[in-house]
Order: sequence, then C-alpha cells, then structure tokens
Amino acid sequence: MNANAPTSEHIVKSYDEELNRLTGEIQRMGEIALAQLDAAIDAVLERDSDSARKVVQSDAAIDTLEHDVSHDVVRLLALRQPMARDLREILAALRIAADIERIGDYAANVAKRSIVLNQSAPVQLAYALPRLARLAENLVREVLAAYRDNDADRALDAWTRDEELDEQYTGLFRELLTYMMEDPRNITPCTHLLFMAKNLERIGDHATNIAENVYFLVHGAHIAQVRRKGDTTSSLLPVDDPR
Amino acid sequence: MTDARLAIATPIVGATGREVAPAGATKMAARNLNFFYNGFHALKDVNFNIAEKRVTALIGPSGCGKSTLLRIFNRIYSIYPKLEAKGEVLLDGENILDPKYPLNRLRSKVGMVFQKPVPFPMSIYDNIAYAIRHYEKLSRAEMDARVELALTQGALWGEVKDKLKQSALGLSGGQQQRLCIARAIALRPEVILLDEPTSALDPIATGKIEQLISELKDHYTIAIVTHNMQQAARCSDFTAFMYLGELVEFGATETLFTKPTKKQTEDYITGRFG
Repeated sequence: MNANAPTSEHIVKSYDEELNRLTGEIQRMGEIALAQLDAAIDAVLERDSDSARKVVQSDAAIDTLEHDVSHDVVRLLALRQPMARDLREILAALRIAADIERIGDYAANVAKRSIVLNQSAPVQLAYALPRLARLAENLVREVLAAYRDNDADRALDAWTRDEELDEQYTGLFRELLTYMMEDPRNITPCTHLLFMAKNLERIGDHATNIAENVYFLVHGAHIAQVRRKGDTTSSLLPVDDPR
Repeated sequence: MTDARLAIATPIVGATGREVAPAGATKMAARNLNFFYNGFHALKDVNFNIAEKRVTALIGPSGCGKSTLLRIFNRIYSIYPKLEAKGEVLLDGENILDPKYPLNRLRSKVGMVFQKPVPFPMSIYDNIAYAIRHYEKLSRAEMDARVELALTQGALWGEVKDKLKQSALGLSGGQQQRLCIARAIALRPEVILLDEPTSALDPIATGKIEQLISELKDHYTIAIVTHNMQQAARCSDFTAFMYLGELVEFGATETLFTKPTKKQTEDYITGRFG
C-alpha cells in the first residue's frame, strides 16, 4: 500500500466496508473494460465477427457496475456525510466510474466497426490499429494501478504519456488519408478504421481524466500543468490542398 | 491594534483562488494561553483569534480543552478555586485575564449560552428583563421595547408574544434555548459564546438555532463549541481543531473540512480517531 493511503481505519467499521466496496467496484469495472478492449482488438486482428459481437453484448456489464457505483456514492454521501479525504475518495469514484464506462463504450464501438470491416477485403492498415490499442490499453492499466495504490506519481506519469498516443493517432490518420487517396475502394474500410482509431485515442483521453482524479484524490489539488496535446489532426489539411 | 488583528484582516483564499472566508478584524485573541485545573495542564500555549462579526467554531474530542477555552473567554472559571490561567486573552486588545479588568464589564460584553438551556424560574418577560435591570434603569415602555427586541433577535417573539407572563419553564427545549440566547443578546454584548447550544435539541430546533446564528453574526462576534462537525461546517466561517489541550489546526472552515493540513485533523473529521 502506498504511503499516501489513509493509515488508520474508521471508528465505524461499516464505513470502511462501504468505501472498500466502492473502490472494489471501480477495480472490477476497470478489469472488465481492459478485457473488453483486449477482446475488441483481437477481434480486429483475427477478423472474428463472433468475438466482436460478444464484446458488444458484454458492454452492459460495465454499465450495470456504473449504476451500482452511482447508487453507492449517493448512499455514502447521504448517510456518512464524508469529509476531507473520504469526500475526495467518493467524488473520484463517481468520476472515474463515468470514465471507465466511456472506455467500455469505445471498446464496444471498435468491436462493432470490426464486424463491418470484416465484410470487405482485409486492409493492411488494420494491423497498425493494435499498436494504438496497446498504447491505450497500457495507459488505462497504468491509471487503474495508480488508483488501486493511491499513487499520484504513477498517475502523473501516465497523464503525460497520453501525448504519445495522440501522436500515433495523428500518424495513423495521415496514413489512412494517403490510402484513401490512392484508391477510392479503400475509403469505406479506411473510414471505419479512422473511427476506430479515434475511439482508441479517446480512450487515452479518458485515461488522463482518471489520472487527474487520482491526483486530486491523493493531493486534494488539481494537476496544475496544462497537458501538451499531440493530436493535431483537427488542423490537418489534405496533402495536395491548393490553398 | 494588535498584530493579530492583521492576521485575518484580509480574505482567506483557498487552493482554487476563490475566497473561502471573508475578512474580519480580530475581536478576541488568546496569546500563549495555558490553563491548569488543580495542577492538570488543560490548555497548552494556545494562540488563537476570533474574528469580529464572524462565527468561529471549536471542535475536538471530549477533554480536548475546547469548552475550557470558551469559558476562559468570559472568565467564568474564576468562580472556582484552584483554577489558573496564564498568558493573555485579549478583547479589543485589552487583556481580560488582568485582575484589574472589571468582571462586570467583561460579562456585559461577552455573553454565554450553555449546552442545557437554563431559564430562570420566572416569567418569559422577566427572564429577559432580569439581567437588564442589573445594568440599566429603564422605564416600563423602554423595558418592553428591549424585551421585544431581544426576543425578536432570538427568533422567539412570534411564539411567545401572547404569553410573556407565563413561566419560561413551560417552553419547549428549543424555545428555552432561544430564550437563553435572547437573554444573552438583551445585554447588548459584543461577543456571544455558545457551548454546545444544540446538543440537547431535536433537528428542527437545531435548525432554528443555526439559522439564528447566521442572522446574529451580522451584529455579534460568535464562538461556538460543538461536537457536531456538520454543524461546525454549516454555521462557521473559521474552525479550530483542538486535541489534548493544544490547538492543532485553525483555518477557514471550507479549507479545514475539505483539505486539512494536519493528519490529526484529517483523522478526526473523517472519523478515524482511535
């Protein structure tokens, strides 16, 4: 256990049990989201539409857990009137649950598009997607570990690494544009791949949100520095744009 | 003008840069205050300010010295032998612990309300008028007006105006406590000390007292000792946390309850105290 974690227990033991249950629910949500992401990427690589469908269906499990977290947070706020660290712990749980829920949604979206992708011929670039996915997955794994261990330094480290994911995404975006310009038949699969890549990039953004909440939970202050953004696709022009 | 007056003369700003406690000059201050009960060292080098026309809460576990500190502020301890205070307690810069500071003057400036409401066994009207007669000679009409004003400020007038001649002992606990606050106000004090004023009251009566506190702070400086941390969080501008006779942490209430700087404070307010 990290030195930043509270050292003593509450006088009322059931309060500790309820807080532990809440953090346990977050951990479980995180594990499911990671497994979903893993399965979605495998489905893309293997062109396995059945597995992809399973990922889409399993998303409901994360949603259910998020409802449980919301319910427990309201209960804790109303019945325990938490203060200081406890209050931050509970607020962080609510926000982190919302981020994990979105991460689950994006994983399911990737799986859903892979089903459509499988209906056309294999595209070489589909193999570049997993690289992006592994980066996103690592970020999520890191911030969840930071949450588990109350480790603000680890959260901060992951927070700065999202830039790498953004850069990879920008690179993939350019490559996909090139493919589409080469052969219009690539446009449909490449557009799907582009959306999938965007989903993975967004997962990284939610991971940084989680990192910010872990930092707030531990220090009671917000990460002060402004994160440099590596995603520059919003200002990217076509290669041979005459302007 | 003491250095302490400057200490909270500017608004206290929290981590986000927003103001978390309004400015206030120091009305009362403890300086290197030590207190002994028959040799037992109950307060240890306490330095502490009470801001003018603000509510300052004192919290801490039983026996931490918070009530002792409050009771020194109007020298109520001096009626018991073998109790000794060392250091200074300043009221507008004057040391009230100085034996030359007249007790009568102190008591008229600093009123006190206790945990258990103690109305005098007389009519509601006389409960208020009794103390005023000690200090001032008023005509019947003037006294009527003073009683009505005190009961109005005590948020009790509407409930008792038709039964002023009835015994105060017939009032409910919450009404009795508001009567005691009205009685303290009637002397036009500058500071009101509240020693767990709602611990014997139900939530509705408690709510009325808390509302009363928020109205009174426009005119009076208030210090409140409470075991109810939520109450301290709800009603006060500043909070002091005491433990084993020492002042552990003092700060704007918002800061103390969301991001205390001392581990002991954090443990206490989150219910982790062993």
